[in-house]
Amino acid sequence: MELKFRRNSDYQALRSEMTPHDIYIRRRELLAAAGLGGAAAVLGGLPAFAQTPTQVAAGAALSAKKSAFTVADENAAEADFNSYCNFYEFGLNKDDPARHAGKMNVSNWKVTVEGETDAPGTYDLTSLVDYSQLEERVYRHRCVERWSMVVPWIGVPLWSVLSKLKPKAEAKYVQFLTHIDRSAMVGLNYGGLDWPYSEALQINEAKNDLAFIAVGAYGKAMKQQNGAPIRTVIPWKYGYKGTKSIATIRFTTAQPPTAWNVANPREYGFFSNVNPKRSHPRWSQARERVLGVGGFNPQRDTEMFNGYEKQVAYLYEGIDLIKYH
Amino acid sequence: MAHSAFLRAFGKHWMKPLTLAALIAPFAFIAWQFFQVLSDPLSDAMGTDPVAYIHHFLGDTAIRILLITLAISPIRDITGWAPIALIRRRIGLAAFFYAALHMIAYLWLDKDWNLALLWEDMVLRTYIMLGMAALVLMIPLAVTSNNSMIRRLGRKTWDRLHWLVYPLAILAVAHNLLMVKIIYGDPLIHAIILALLLSWRVARWVIGKVKAPATA
Repeated sequence: MELKFRRNSDYQALRSEMTPHDIYIRRRELLAAAGLGGAAAVLGGLPAFAQTPTQVAAGAALSAKKSAFTVADENAAEADFNSYCNFYEFGLNKDDPARHAGKMNVSNWKVTVEGETDAPGTYDLTSLVDYSQLEERVYRHRCVERWSMVVPWIGVPLWSVLSKLKPKAEAKYVQFLTHIDRSAMVGLNYGGLDWPYSEALQINEAKNDLAFIAVGAYGKAMKQQNGAPIRTVIPWKYGYKGTKSIATIRFTTAQPPTAWNVANPREYGFFSNVNPKRSHPRWSQARERVLGVGGFNPQRDTEMFNGYEKQVAYLYEGIDLIKYH
Repeated sequence: MAHSAFLRAFGKHWMKPLTLAALIAPFAFIAWQFFQVLSDPLSDAMGTDPVAYIHHFLGDTAIRILLITLAISPIRDITGWAPIALIRRRIGLAAFFYAALHMIAYLWLDKDWNLALLWEDMVLRTYIMLGMAALVLMIPLAVTSNNSMIRRLGRKTWDRLHWLVYPLAILAVAHNLLMVKIIYGDPLIHAIILALLLSWRVARWVIGKVKAPATA
């Protein structure tokens, strides 16, 4: 049926034209790029701390070098990325985070590092993330709810951050906890999940090149509804494995409790790898709706490890991924 | 009494057409949004995920109208205003109409008319099975919702057949509850309203049982 696959190739561009501020920001980037002869030269060469003293304000322009980690598919429109979010601390509807998250103060952000580490303490963003090394990675983001978006994240490899924090040899897991802000997070009163939101990876997963710390997207510092100012992006796992607005990083020897796994272990496993063959008990994971490309979203077949099988399959050799989902 | 004269006039001339208009309004609204997205892929009329939006809109509308049908008898018995029962048939038919549209949207936009995918969903997914069962049970009720069928079946058989509305409403609300990751908001409210409407009937039945021997 023609209807389903109807889309406009200029959707991304046209949608952002609806937001004059975005154009304004982009024009500045383009002018800067033209002036210094090529985007790559500029992005690589800009003194990062000229952009920011301790951190960049949410939504402010951010430059990053292009990365080889880029899927060919069309990006989701930025407006969709910023308006269609799961961030249950701000409410359970997709548009709740965009409405409420702006009240969360993300300036002067601190991250507590604890557990099995030789460098425990409180860190500000610039001591965790090397802003001169920011790269843009266009990852496919697959939600457990059967939709996906292609997102140009900006950040640094996760291990480049974690290795600075000197995990001890005994550390087998790294846990991430989301910030709690009682005045802004209107969703904390709903039952269902334990707060603060917790997610975790095995250390060998965290060392994988694809595991990413994002501080921005679409050429700008991350907005609150998508986990400002610092979040993880684990593209071969379902979206909820990414922890937004990270307040605590904890290294552990035992597997930490993780939010969705605790809430419903039969439906949400610890690994939560994208797997079209392992259905959610209540719905199939074989296909996904591609969002942010306009019209009635087209469907595509979901790929094993979200299409990143080559890069990550070695982590799970000999493991029954249906049982240990 | 002027008040009851007004009510009588309303019941006679206005209630039925106004109900019909109210029942058609959600369809007109979503059809308008649908054609906006159809004619302009950039349209934001149905948000980021139009397919999910259509499913939820039609499903919620069907369940809410179904709950309204179930509220007619309690309203009639509590207020004593009998004419309200005259709009029950069109409300019930509208519930079936939206449930059928909900099913068509699922077959078309989700399953692309692929019967193998549909079969897999039906066999493996409890919530799909419950929803399908609810819709299938609505068919005989919709087909017999006219005067000639009431005459042909006889009031008693017809009443017995239409008792199916209770199990099918439970199936529909269970279908609704099973779709969400966390039980909250609308599905929970639907379940609470259904529980109230059903317990009112149970209470009436029990009171009838207790009273009956005394009056006999």
